Amino acid sequence: MPILVNGSAVALPVDPRVSLLDLLREGLHLSGTKKGCNQGACGACTVLVDGERILSCLALAVQYDGRRVTTIEGLSDGNALHPLQQAFIDHDGFQCGYCTPGQICSAIGMAAEAKRGVPSNVSADLTADVQLTREELQERMSGNLCRCGAHNGIINAIRETVAAEMAA
Amino acid sequence: MTPFAYARAGDTAEALRLGHAETAAYLGGGTNLVDLMRETVAKPDTLVDVTGLSDTITETADGGLLIGAAVRNTALAEHAGVRARYPMLSRAILAGASAQIRNMATVGGNLLQRTRCTYFYDTDGSRCNKRVPGEGCDAVGGFTRIHAILGASEACVATHPSDLCVALAALDAVVHVEGRGGARTLPFGELHRLPGDRPDLDTVLAAGDLITAIELPAMPFAATSTYRKVRDRASYAFALISVAAALDVVDGQVRDVRIALGGVAHKPWRATKAEALLRGGPATEAAFRAAAIAELADARPLRDNGFKIELAKRTIVAVLGDLGVSA
Repeated sequence: MPILVNGSAVALPVDPRVSLLDLLREGLHLSGTKKGCNQGACGACTVLVDGERILSCLALAVQYDGRRVTTIEGLSDGNALHPLQQAFIDHDGFQCGYCTPGQICSAIGMAAEAKRGVPSNVSADLTADVQLTREELQERMSGNLCRCGAHNGIINAIRETVAAEMAA
Repeated sequence: MTPFAYARAGDTAEALRLGHAETAAYLGGGTNLVDLMRETVAKPDTLVDVTGLSDTITETADGGLLIGAAVRNTALAEHAGVRARYPMLSRAILAGASAQIRNMATVGGNLLQRTRCTYFYDTDGSRCNKRVPGEGCDAVGGFTRIHAILGASEACVATHPSDLCVALAALDAVVHVEGRGGARTLPFGELHRLPGDRPDLDTVLAAGDLITAIELPAMPFAATSTYRKVRDRASYAFALISVAAALDVVDGQVRDVRIALGGVAHKPWRATKAEALLRGGPATEAAFRAAAIAELADARPLRDNGFKIELAKRTIVAVLGDLGVSA
């Protein structure tokens, strides 16, 4: 079975050593997904697989046959930005931009987790509905590092979009 | 990364057939193994993908839970029964790694992850008995902030990195294994080894053995349990010290208690001495302190980690106090 990347069927790599990240960047020239540390420490390579956020650098592409992968390129509708992309611009959610695709994919996956009630390390009550407070967002987004230090803008952008939608 | 063959197992029998060789490795989410292979610490010639095997969590006849080895960490942490009946387990998982990694990582793989000792990873510059048996250990005498204070040997001072395993140690979990000799179970506390003179062996499993499930026994008082992790940054870091504990207090007396420590040893450390002292005694801060002191009595500091001994004691006292202290 092929991998579905942003809706297009892509053949599995012949060499099982190819990571999902390298398949995206080198094989498909989808360079929006970034290679930061390549060892699972920074989150820059975050993509969505069947709606769940994962690290594509630690994923062997052959393990993902038949799965639906969404990258930053798959979020916008032509020139119309995803609301979270626009919010990152409005809130200065980046400087150099290298971590941004991973941050945005991560935030979308995070929202889905929160909606189905997944608790976090800072949730006082494991069984209560999730309230995406600033502290909760900081914890839930801690797998995505920004070396420019734009974290406050990133959290503000997510609060304005994802968290506001949940609270509504 | 050295070349390898990849095969996806359709069932346990196929996994065992494909994975029996010493040079084969079972692949879960890959969050540790892929990294180790990239760093050439691990060089399997065959990867047997076992993520298609059991990923269900089911009730057992005696009121516990049977957790398939391919269950993802997130799925286990968010399971309603785990949250309500074994909150320390949810909290331990949620304290580990990042959400992305928890979405990938399997329970079986979590049990078999390797140490995060930096000397173990440093294939170019450091000697490591865990990586190359008999070579020597550059951690001893090196930077040892993250290293062991209990149960270490001259050959190895590494710690086990898992949070989930600390909770499983406290919860008296049972490991279901299948191998050449058929299916067997072993108590969680017997899965991981202390280093001794063979730090290359993390567990008692033989080549080809496959962890198929983890069983949690019924433990009603584990509904009053938690996990606290102390680390150098507030999130997405390995433990300096962690404590998983469950406490059953009746009329100010400790009726039962479970305590396990992370970040202190080559294996998740069940605090049996502290438990024995506490059981049947008063649930007071003084008693918690005395139990913690007894548990850490054999602790031996390395150059940079002496602080962990007092930190472990204080964390034990704080966690037990949160669960139920009497005036």
